Amino acid sequence: MKFLFDKDTWQEIYSSIRKNKTRTGITIIGVMWGIFLLVVLLGAAKGVENNFNKLFGDFATNSVFIWGQSTSKPFKGFQEGRQVALKIDDIEKIKQEVKGVELIAPRSQDGGLVIRKFQSGNFNISGDFPVLDKIQNKDLIYGRFINDNDIKEKKKVCVIEEEVYKQLFEKDEYPIGELVNINGINYKVVGLFKESQTIRLGDNIHIPFTTFQQVYNRGDNISWMIITGNAESSIVQIEKDAKLIIKNLHKIHPEDKRALGGINLGDMFKKITGFLIGMQFLTWFVGIATLIAGVFAIGNILLITVKERTKEIGIRRALGAKPWEIKRQIMLESVFLTSIAGAFGIIFGGLILMLIDATLGKGPDAALTNPTVDIPIVLIAALTLVVLGTLIGLIPAQTAVSIRPIEALREE
Amino acid sequence: MIKIEKLHKSYPIGKDSLHVLKGLDLHIKEGEFVSIMGSSGSGKSTLLNIVGLLDGHDEGNYFLNGQKIENLDEKKAAILRNKFLGFIFQSFNLITYKTAVENVSLPLYYQGMGRKERQKIALQYLEKVGLKDRADHLPSELSGGEKQRVAVARALATKPKVILADEPTGALDSITSASVMELLKEINRDGMTVFVITHEEDIAEQTDRIVRLKDGVIISDELTAKKVNA
Repeated sequence: MKFLFDKDTWQEIYSSIRKNKTRTGITIIGVMWGIFLLVVLLGAAKGVENNFNKLFGDFATNSVFIWGQSTSKPFKGFQEGRQVALKIDDIEKIKQEVKGVELIAPRSQDGGLVIRKFQSGNFNISGDFPVLDKIQNKDLIYGRFINDNDIKEKKKVCVIEEEVYKQLFEKDEYPIGELVNINGINYKVVGLFKESQTIRLGDNIHIPFTTFQQVYNRGDNISWMIITGNAESSIVQIEKDAKLIIKNLHKIHPEDKRALGGINLGDMFKKITGFLIGMQFLTWFVGIATLIAGVFAIGNILLITVKERTKEIGIRRALGAKPWEIKRQIMLESVFLTSIAGAFGIIFGGLILMLIDATLGKGPDAALTNPTVDIPIVLIAALTLVVLGTLIGLIPAQTAVSIRPIEALREE
Repeated sequence: MIKIEKLHKSYPIGKDSLHVLKGLDLHIKEGEFVSIMGSSGSGKSTLLNIVGLLDGHDEGNYFLNGQKIENLDEKKAAILRNKFLGFIFQSFNLITYKTAVENVSLPLYYQGMGRKERQKIALQYLEKVGLKDRADHLPSELSGGEKQRVAVARALATKPKVILADEPTGALDSITSASVMELLKEINRDGMTVFVITHEEDIAEQTDRIVRLKDGVIISDELTAKKVNA
């Protein structure tokens, strides 16, 4: 290994590289291109993946929304076309009977005219339990979300969205403790939250579920429900089970597909995850194929070089260079070139990712978020390239020493 | 120094083989200045390659500096070449992207000598061939005669036992030829064994002993008039 730290070794490499500028350039560009593509591809794929993750963001991804629609089949004396209204009791039943349910939240929603002092606006009003905050993490600026006490005492309190605040309050006004009038009833503001950047449920104002049911005279009817599954359970199965129970309770034909509406976020998420895995696979496939092509390019160039340098190698051997010394030199040249090129590829790839981030990765409509590549992955790729480059460099090196010096010297 | 007994060498050409050297016997003592004369195809280049350990022989014995040469692998051959032999070629064979002094120090590099020492010795030999002031020039900036003198300095740098010169003046005009031959004579006077291969009568005349080769056999081996008179 001593030769590695020998100034003469590097002097030899330097002069041989300087002498052969074209081939040095081509080799470097070839390898650089391979690493560059890999870095950019992986980074862009990561950016797309991050973007999808951001899309779901603060929302529990293994959740399903269920609501009632009209039946499409007559059943047990009921005609088709009957409107299905979900009940608050359904929630308890599902909680008890469906396996794997983690959280379940009934929701009631309505629109309402909201007035404060001289400002007013129309907003969505939702009646909610505290558990909603666990399903969709509310980004609170001030105050708190609805709590158990609000539910128990049917308090006239509300949690408002930033947009509502902007319309009803003066700039920089502190909203907590202020009163707003919703459909003729005054509520005290206890919390202010930022609009969700990801999955929007159209919630402008949350009030306690019990308050809502009373004020809007809903009895035990609910608008819809959100169910989340725990880590071990399949959300698709939970949706099926929950719907079956509801159908049973509401005397809906088990085969009725229209009676209950549902959006399964877990299912959607899984499809997207599948797409992302496919994309990653493609990225790796293309990246590795590019790297291999790069390695062959190096090998090819080295082989040409060796042919070109046959005479020089012959001279060196006549002067007493041992075959191993010649091989070592050719290999070290290839390692050196691939390493340098790899480093440049990583740097340029990184710069391009920064550029992509700056142009496509900003704002709410960004196509990519944080396009990055794991450094270990890049280093492993670069190392693979160097190792393969060396191995393939062995072929021309072997050719170089198998030519007898006398034949090499005879070449004019 | 060089002792050859019943040396045979053939080269395969397609299915046949060409018998190039047909049982040569040659003994060159230390300090001799010998030329091998012969037309092309006489086997003189083959002889040089075998003597120079660039090629192996089929039959017979070859002793270099008392050491029997047989079953050499490339590594051993490289070490022996570096230690005992200095080459001078018709086409100079300098490495084009290295300066004169770098070319001269290259065999010393393969000996594992340190950089500064190499530089010093290389300059000494360049001075000996009268090219000290051209040390940092590339071969392309030197004339033919100068190139060959750099090659001579390179051959001498490792203090070999034998200098092998293959048509050393073949690519030079008569004036520079004379100066290169003068240089070889001078080296020989210092005690070096010099082995020249040539097809030019007047070059051979300047050596002490002429061995004539024809169709793979030695047809004559005699001292030149110059040596006889001396």
